[in-house]
Amino acid sequence: MLNRKRKRESGDIDGSSLADIAFLLLIFFLVVTTIDVDTGIGLVLPPIPDDIEPPPVRERNLMNILVNERGMVLINEQPAAIATVRERVKEFISNRGVDPELSESPDDAIVSIKTDRRTPYNIYIDMLDEVMGAYEELRHAASMERFGVPFSSLSQGSERRAEIQEMYPKKISIAEPDEG
Amino acid sequence: MSKFKKKQANTKQGVPTSAMPDVVFMLLIFFMVTTVLREVELQVQIDYAVAENIEKIEQKRLVSYIYIGPERLGGGRLGETRVQIDDALVDDINAIRNIMYDKLMEQPRLIVSLRVDRDSEFGIVTDVQQELRHAGTLRINYSTRRQL
Repeated sequence: MLNRKRKRESGDIDGSSLADIAFLLLIFFLVVTTIDVDTGIGLVLPPIPDDIEPPPVRERNLMNILVNERGMVLINEQPAAIATVRERVKEFISNRGVDPELSESPDDAIVSIKTDRRTPYNIYIDMLDEVMGAYEELRHAASMERFGVPFSSLSQGSERRAEIQEMYPKKISIAEPDEG
Repeated sequence: MSKFKKKQANTKQGVPTSAMPDVVFMLLIFFMVTTVLREVELQVQIDYAVAENIEKIEQKRLVSYIYIGPERLGGGRLGETRVQIDDALVDDINAIRNIMYDKLMEQPRLIVSLRVDRDSEFGIVTDVQQELRHAGTLRINYSTRRQL
């Protein structure tokens, strides 16, 4: 008869090399991975003004911070140290009309940062960081007072977070530097 | 002989390795998910500035990067401060407006991450920011590292 009785091979695939393959892939991804720094200071630029004049800002509601190329700071034309900026900004924002020199309400307060063209970037970032820090501390205090939890623990996009953000809106203006 | 026979544990010796592929696969999947393949070859040198009050960019898909720093020349030398977008150095600052406008059309919720060398002058950053304002890409982020 025809030789039909062939020995059947087993249908299983050998799985022992699976681990090796997985290891190879793992090592590849380990090598190419760069855990990137994707943190930073967020900001929204103002749109290019059309012909409409910007609304007038009362002088008391504007805090002018000037930084020159050597990192020297002027706040409203008075020299100040960079370490005191945070306190000054906090005082200015949370004045609520008490001091006639400072802002009327946190909603009206505008912090303007102006630098030289030759100011090193890290000095500018330090400055911006201080101002952001002031806002962050005020928001933290408001959140503790109202909800009893730190601001950072309020989840992104939640109603409570929005409420606190509305209490202290970040109004920071980055002025175009002078030619220098 | 001895009356007290030593009791031997019944369990088998040796660690079972059958779960190893699973463990490896889990690690593999973790790294696959977290990996961001380097898309661009950096042609400028960037040392990030350090700041305290920083936030994380959650949606990486929205981000487009602009690199500003001294150009890398051969032999570890550094040249003039230049602007790099994607793979190319930008020669004409005014071209940024069109490049970014095109990107904005593709992704209306674009966030521009400015990766600036800490020692570059702020003037060039302003020029770029002006271009971004013209392009209408207003959400920006200054890349900084956390203070250690």
